[in-house]
Amino acid sequence: MNLNALIAALPGSVAQGVIWGIMAIGVYITYKVLDYADLTVDGSLATGGAVAVMLMLAGTNPYVALLCAMLAGMLAGLATGLLHTALGIPAILSGILTQLALYSINMRIMGKSNQAVSVDKMELIVSMRYIPRTILVAGLFAAVMIGALYWFFGTERGCSIRATGCNASMARAQGINTAANKVIALMLSNGMVAMAGALYAQYQGSADVKMGQGAIVIGLAAVIIGEVIFGKRAKNFALKMLSAVAGAIVYFIVIALVLQLGLSTTDLKLFSAVTVAVFLAIPHLKQTYSHRPQKGKLHA
Amino acid sequence: MLELNHISKTFNAGTVNEKTALNDLSLTLKDGEFVTVIGGNGAGKSTMLNAVAGVWPLDAGSVRIDGVDVTRLPEHRRAAYLGRVFQDPMTGTAASMGIEENLALAYRRGQRRTLRWGITNKERTLYRELLSTLGLGLEDRLGAKVGLLSGGQRQALTLLMATLQKPRLLLLDEHTAALDPKTAQKVLELSDRVVSENRLTTMMVTHNMRDAIAHGDRLIMMHEGNIALDIAGDAKKRLTVEGLLWQFEKASGTAFANDRALLA
Repeated sequence: MNLNALIAALPGSVAQGVIWGIMAIGVYITYKVLDYADLTVDGSLATGGAVAVMLMLAGTNPYVALLCAMLAGMLAGLATGLLHTALGIPAILSGILTQLALYSINMRIMGKSNQAVSVDKMELIVSMRYIPRTILVAGLFAAVMIGALYWFFGTERGCSIRATGCNASMARAQGINTAANKVIALMLSNGMVAMAGALYAQYQGSADVKMGQGAIVIGLAAVIIGEVIFGKRAKNFALKMLSAVAGAIVYFIVIALVLQLGLSTTDLKLFSAVTVAVFLAIPHLKQTYSHRPQKGKLHA
Repeated sequence: MLELNHISKTFNAGTVNEKTALNDLSLTLKDGEFVTVIGGNGAGKSTMLNAVAGVWPLDAGSVRIDGVDVTRLPEHRRAAYLGRVFQDPMTGTAASMGIEENLALAYRRGQRRTLRWGITNKERTLYRELLSTLGLGLEDRLGAKVGLLSGGQRQALTLLMATLQKPRLLLLDEHTAALDPKTAQKVLELSDRVVSENRLTTMMVTHNMRDAIAHGDRLIMMHEGNIALDIAGDAKKRLTVEGLLWQFEKASGTAFANDRALLA
């Protein structure tokens, strides 16, 4: 293993990790808060990249383009939400349908499968050319979004969304419109994912119709790694979202490590899938094979 | 106050599992009435409560609360009229949220969920006061996750949540069935107190005949998705378990079939 090469790759891993961390916050909202495995993200990540890049190529201010990318992602979340709540299609299938449809839509947006943005020719918010700046700017975006989401999930509406994810029967009995709440959470989540897609496209210098392939697995990996490492200390909701970002950074550092150990880039999807499967299995296996008796429950 | 007009509900219609749970049932409750509901396995007790709550659409008939036709209102809109406590202590509360957060969710039943803070300091004072009346020490654990509470504590909390915004109708669906006898007795006493203090119109489903006789001012016995017996006033006060069983057999033409009820 070439230690120097690994150290040289680290800043890039952190930058990628922060950008994907924004995506992981989106996954956290659906997977953890709403208890909904949303597969829309593989499509909406590319939608974010496509919308941002095409608008910037047309001369739009990059920050306006970023905002439009977020809105496009929210529309994707709306589609999944309506498929699920208004049409009664199961959660996973709703996400898969939107994801599939988004492939065609993303091709329509870009006109071809790949559109480049050059850091030499225009102003980009982030770029792999300027890694420290990327870490700073993407980190700032992540921090602002965590702050905004922390506020939102503390409001009456935000609390009712958390209740919807925790116990939908209870939520309805307390007069909460669980269908509307699911749609709102899916929109927020996919807005975050598309924002990450817009930043990532600029970072790597192009939007690609396949850039979101397997994104859900990376997002889940980030959320789960963050939970395993920081779960004991991160009780606060903002810290939990921060853990997801940290989890994404750890994920990309591990990826850099295994690449240095000789894994090929085409092996990465297998590696990611196995990692996520193992971490998802740990709580289950612990419960099944633990010999320690459960802590006694208090009685009234 | 509550009017059920010829309501019917069949589950899994057209399959081998077809089950007529409610069969042209009609029932009227007067304001302030406390009705206990008893019946054999699958007689339709819980189904009747779920029909009032709007958990699924009815096949036929209508539901009116306070003269308002709510038949087509979805469950979360009907919640404005209803307080509910369920058989499973897990159902009534959000386990991963704090005690105060659960109360705050219930405090806003029937209101729009806005972007104001989900819980205010003024409310916390109120919650602490109300929790102390339960005598379970929960008033000092406002931030504790509800998942840490015992079944009895959760049912007591759910009862408080159901009545935090005074409901037009309180629905208690075998809410002591999952508790040990001592805790069940405590929760029942608490229910009685809450109902009488707030003069709530109440329907309480129970599998325990003694409880059904001892509580409330009207008793309904269900059989095959309809009402077999309806006893109120002095006749209700004079009821005994044996008398109830005898009357049921006479009215329905069958013996009362509920292992749990007979053993209770």
